[in-house]
Amino acid sequence: MIDLIYLAVFLPLLGFLINGIFGSKIKNVERSKIPFLGEKIIGLIGSGAIGIAFLIVIGAFFETLSLPADQRTNYVNLFTWMKVGALDVSFAYQVDQLSLIMALVVTGVGFIIHVYSIGYMHGDRSFWRFFAYLNLFIFAMMNLILADNFVLMFLGWEGVGLCSYLLIGFWYDKDFEKSTTSAAGLKAFVVNRIGDVGFLLGMFLIYLFFDSLKFSEVFSRAVSFDVPEHIFTLITLFLFIGAIGKSAQIPLYVWLPDAMAGPTPVSALIHAATMVTAGVYMVARTSVLYAMAPTTMMIVAVIGVFTAFFAATIGLVQNDIKKVLAYSTISQLGYMFLAMGAGAFSAGIFHLMTHAFFKALLFLGAGSIIHAMHEQQDIQHYGGLKKYLPITYGTFLVAAMAISGIPPLSGFFSKDEILWFSYTNLGFVFWLIGVLTAMMTAFYMFRLYFLTFDGKPRFDEKQTHPHESPKMMTVPLIVLAVLSAIGGFIGIPEIFSGAHGNAFHSWLSPIFKSANLKLSYFGAHSHFEEYLLMAISVAGALGGILGAAYIYLKRPSIAVNTVEKFKSIYTTLWNKYYVDEVYDATVINPIVNSSRSFLWKLFDNKIIDGLVNGMARSVGDVSALIRKLQTGIVQSYALVMMIGILLAMFWLILSF
Amino acid sequence: MENSLLLTYLLLIPFIGSIALLFIKAEKENLIRYFGLGISVIAFLLSLVIYFNFDPSNSSFQFVHKFKWIENLNINYFVGIDGMALLLLVLTTFLTPLTLISSWTSINKKVKEFTFFMLFLELGMLGVFVSLDLFLFYFFWEAMLIPMYFIIGIWGGQERIYAAVKFFIYTMAGSLVMLVAIIWLAIHASNYLGKFTTDLVELYSVAPLFDLSIQNYLFIAFALSFAIKVPLFPFHTWLPDAHVQAPTAGSVILAGVLLKMGTYGLLRYNLPLFPAASLHFASFMSTLAVIGIIYGALVAMVQTDMKKLVAYSSVAHLGFVVLGIFAMTQESMQGAIIQMINHGLSTGALFLLVGMLYERTHTREISYYGGIAKLVPVYSFFLLLVSLSSIGLPGLNGFVGEFLILLGSFKSTVLNSWWYTVFATTGVIFAAVYLLWMYKRVVFGKVVNPKLNDLTDLNKREIFVLVPIIIFIVWIGIYPGTFLNVSEKTSDKIIERVFEPPKVELK
Repeated sequence: MIDLIYLAVFLPLLGFLINGIFGSKIKNVERSKIPFLGEKIIGLIGSGAIGIAFLIVIGAFFETLSLPADQRTNYVNLFTWMKVGALDVSFAYQVDQLSLIMALVVTGVGFIIHVYSIGYMHGDRSFWRFFAYLNLFIFAMMNLILADNFVLMFLGWEGVGLCSYLLIGFWYDKDFEKSTTSAAGLKAFVVNRIGDVGFLLGMFLIYLFFDSLKFSEVFSRAVSFDVPEHIFTLITLFLFIGAIGKSAQIPLYVWLPDAMAGPTPVSALIHAATMVTAGVYMVARTSVLYAMAPTTMMIVAVIGVFTAFFAATIGLVQNDIKKVLAYSTISQLGYMFLAMGAGAFSAGIFHLMTHAFFKALLFLGAGSIIHAMHEQQDIQHYGGLKKYLPITYGTFLVAAMAISGIPPLSGFFSKDEILWFSYTNLGFVFWLIGVLTAMMTAFYMFRLYFLTFDGKPRFDEKQTHPHESPKMMTVPLIVLAVLSAIGGFIGIPEIFSGAHGNAFHSWLSPIFKSANLKLSYFGAHSHFEEYLLMAISVAGALGGILGAAYIYLKRPSIAVNTVEKFKSIYTTLWNKYYVDEVYDATVINPIVNSSRSFLWKLFDNKIIDGLVNGMARSVGDVSALIRKLQTGIVQSYALVMMIGILLAMFWLILSF
Repeated sequence: MENSLLLTYLLLIPFIGSIALLFIKAEKENLIRYFGLGISVIAFLLSLVIYFNFDPSNSSFQFVHKFKWIENLNINYFVGIDGMALLLLVLTTFLTPLTLISSWTSINKKVKEFTFFMLFLELGMLGVFVSLDLFLFYFFWEAMLIPMYFIIGIWGGQERIYAAVKFFIYTMAGSLVMLVAIIWLAIHASNYLGKFTTDLVELYSVAPLFDLSIQNYLFIAFALSFAIKVPLFPFHTWLPDAHVQAPTAGSVILAGVLLKMGTYGLLRYNLPLFPAASLHFASFMSTLAVIGIIYGALVAMVQTDMKKLVAYSSVAHLGFVVLGIFAMTQESMQGAIIQMINHGLSTGALFLLVGMLYERTHTREISYYGGIAKLVPVYSFFLLLVSLSSIGLPGLNGFVGEFLILLGSFKSTVLNSWWYTVFATTGVIFAAVYLLWMYKRVVFGKVVNPKLNDLTDLNKREIFVLVPIIIFIVWIGIYPGTFLNVSEKTSDKIIERVFEPPKVELK
């Protein structure tokens, strides 16, 4: 099955082509016995392509598992893409432990979300277009993950950005907040492109120093070539700029909250579970380079932990259900980067995986709620939905507990591991900020949960009759809930599992071996410390939940009073620290305005063209003068001739 | 058929075709259209024959045909092509029939004259690419101006006369300097060769021996003419006017082929003839190129007229090509050549698309539109795809060119600084901004303007024009090897001529 991995990449492309080209025709297929036959065929093609891809990836996974640990990296070469000078990149796929984990998550969660979308997008005018884009996204994402070189990874990287752009603006004629969905899409694409410049420059540096852009060659040369550390710092910093853009970290996170303009399954798949984690994956993939650049590692950790904290503070006060989840995603991605910066690469990937489960579940749950509430997204207008949406409620609760880090749900294992490594490898401060963030996470998630499902309904029950979503949507919720609950068990830390060790780590360890060899953190830490810190973080999470329960169920007045008391802090948070406004005022408007008034209207039109036209005019003026000599009067010509002859004679005489 | 005559036949096709066209009655407009199309298709087919008979592993000029023209001055009719010329040749014969089809309904006055000028223009363009004699080259270079002047001046928009005259004088001014330089070059070379000649191959062997100061003057003279054509910042201001006023077919040919003559000239003449001067001016030219990349993009961003936006984007795109040329690495040179083709396809297609919209509404103001995705989905799809190609999305053609250029210029020892590439790379952000912002304002959103409601989607003829271009946009994006192979030996040869110029004893 490893050899067939290209099918897992290209089947989604096929699905895209079929639905993209024929979708508008298939849509209208009808049989009286089967309602909405067209939609069903489109949905079947779309999710079928991903389903088969998922099966192939599973097959490849087990085949790899059956190989000895040192033979688990395999290559599938398709054809040469660009071959110039030392550059030789192909459409070639690297099937190894890391790419397989990612591929499993992408096709697995992707498949679930495709199925969910059949229900969610039912009746949409552009049902077919939605599935076409979604399949194209999986195609791009698989290229990003499986590429055996930087350039193909970049193809996937920009490809997912394109799909994100298309899907954020999927309802292109809709308004979104103060602007439109298409403006949100444009913002996402452009901000990502800023990051991509970093990615490109990183690639150029790598090519300059290592003469290749193939992973295997670059990584082995990184260890063997004598390249100064500051070059590694530069390379990894540039690559990290790319990661910051794609994974929505400070200062390039601004596009992700706006990306919520897209349909909710898109938010689940692209803006929570898969695409936004690409930056984390890229750092993990290039871990060797990062290990050679301790300065960058520290920067990654600082940006990660700061983003985690910062986004969580904004999440505390948002009222739009998807906005809360969006800031939560930014915050959780910050955790993953914290792990990367701490050198705990497999812990970061572990959290990436569990996060994919519970965050996809949270978004899909939100989608189910939004459907039931007739597109209402403000949690102020929810309340008491428990009884109306039992399955959504149950699964949402599992996800909320998982993200809050309640043992033994998946989020507990992965988050705790990151906290532990940030303590041992980076220091107490990182751990502390991490724990505070975890508390806030638990608080805002359960604020969301209680305001939505508990308490009394704050909507008009006579007008709105929320009802549970169809099976097509609830079954995916249940599957994800199971994964969120038990998904952590494959990464049980050593102190619990004892001699078996951490299965997830030992699976990934060959990938990070050379990076880990470079990093040497091993301070001595007792088991007692580990238990203690674990207990503190769990207590923190429980505290957050209880706090939310107390404030939003028992004493809603506290929330109101706090807001009144700290009005300025609240408005700052509510307005997301005014970052968008600052960017507009300091970057975007100056560039646009000066381009218009200075470069175009003044420099181009007045100065350059003025010079050109001025020159043309002066030529014209001079010739107008000269033209006057051509009077057509023979006498005056004769006169001039005479003067000329006299002058010539004078000159001849004088020169003797 | 003897191989060496193929290029001459190729030149004869539009020549004879345009003469024969004169014998058709002007009222028979459809016959004229089909006749012109037929001629250009025959030229295209012949260029394919040339393509398949071309040997990419051979670095010397192929299909060489030479006979004496002006004997006393050793001026010859001398044609031949290398890989770069071949690609541009095929691009020309490929775009010409497409532009004729695209003008099927939009040109409805003076069809005969229009078709005549288009064929004449094709002759001029092909001549420029195949000439291996400077005099012959100059002849075609200037001859080409005439039909373009008329195409803009007769079938253009409101201010067509101003634009046509500006175009003509601007390029003419550059050309005259080049003419002087050609004569000077030939005279100076006669010191080495013992005779006056404009034979390029002979000049290749002696011009690099000139003193640096002489090389510098000659370089400037040639480069000025080519820089205007490219157009390199700050010689670009004729372009927006010419584009906006030109009819669609004119814009497509102008962007698709004519601009390439500037970059082609730099590669064919400046670098191999004056290698020392090229190295001397490399940083300067690259600086202008990088300024052009950013400047063009920023000015494109704030345009209110779609065609002007695309015109300014050409300044940015060609900036990449010039950067690639003067970085003088294998990667950047190959990137520059493929980017010339890419720009011809993408920008050509953008002009076609803008033209198709214009034909329906008679305005190119961005603010007039909005929300047309709902009304004309097929059109919107094509516009998106072509915009993405122009933005340089990996998987489409633009990326291959830009990536190779940037990758190569980064490691260039000639430029010896990362800053060129760093600034040029930021150009990819602005490219996304100006095109997708336009796309957003034209295609997305609600339909606000009621006049748009009866907008019709693309018809079969229009789709037929676009699809071939799209095929190449994807082909080059995914499998550029087909084309990179063709030009590989050419770029190697040019680099070799720069870094290892001939060292011949003085005669």
